[in-house]
Amino acid sequence: MLQGTCREIGEIVIVDFSGKITLGEGSSTLRQTIRGLIDGGHRKIVLNLFDVDYIDSSGIGELVSGYTTVRNAEGEMKLLHLTKRVHDLLQITRLFTVFDVRSNEEEALRSFS
Amino acid sequence: MRLRGVLRIQALLGSTPRLRMAANSQRVEVTLETLLESVDLAESIVMRIAEASGFSEEDIHKIGMAVREGVINAYNYGNQQNRDKKIGLTVEISPETMTVRVLDQGKGFELHEVPDPLAEENLLRTSGRGLFLMRAFMDEFSVRPGQGGGAELVMVKKLPDAVSGNGASQPE
Repeated sequence: MLQGTCREIGEIVIVDFSGKITLGEGSSTLRQTIRGLIDGGHRKIVLNLFDVDYIDSSGIGELVSGYTTVRNAEGEMKLLHLTKRVHDLLQITRLFTVFDVRSNEEEALRSFS
Repeated sequence: MRLRGVLRIQALLGSTPRLRMAANSQRVEVTLETLLESVDLAESIVMRIAEASGFSEEDIHKIGMAVREGVINAYNYGNQQNRDKKIGLTVEISPETMTVRVLDQGKGFELHEVPDPLAEENLLRTSGRGLFLMRAFMDEFSVRPGQGGGAELVMVKKLPDAVSGNGASQPE
């Protein structure tokens, strides 16, 4: 199960996620959250994955899909506070070179153009 | 025996999957339905066996995730989410290795035909990383035609005793 709570700081939205991003409910929650933010006009999004220690290939696919959705809407999406397992997973799949990953919230907020 | 704790996995099984296992067996066979729930179930079963076999927490996580990806592959691509088809899960413990086999009832595939998810042009694809993760998390990985059709994914992990070479891999 995945839960996401949104915080707005100026025009930036931070979503604090907790749980697993796996095939089924978790991936679906992530997809709906990002879709909802884009539909609501948000273009600067931070996914705070501080409490997400499990992502499977379906979850990875959903992160990539979210990234593409935001980018196609001329927005920016950042990942914040990766757990070690998620960090390692993004590294072996080479997605660390795709996503903008930050380890500090203030730094993540400052990084938006 | 190493697999004493495996008997407890029966508590994890509902009425749907069929489980075959002798009390002293080093081999567990489960027939799973082509359902989303089977992914979590297979992962739980194999993680319990890995735990009983003495793997570290990190290795248990990797083995569980590899099996998860194998059953997702069978559910999505092999059996095409067809509930009339079954997924075979076999776990075998030898003195040196844990071998997990996931068998679907699909059309089968050739591993060399699967696009490389690490290639620059595939990085933004939303699928196609499952086989890569199985290979990354296990010591050996192969795909072969299943008896009677379908694809059989074979994943092998060396037991911790075999890796450290302390010779403690004999049954208790």
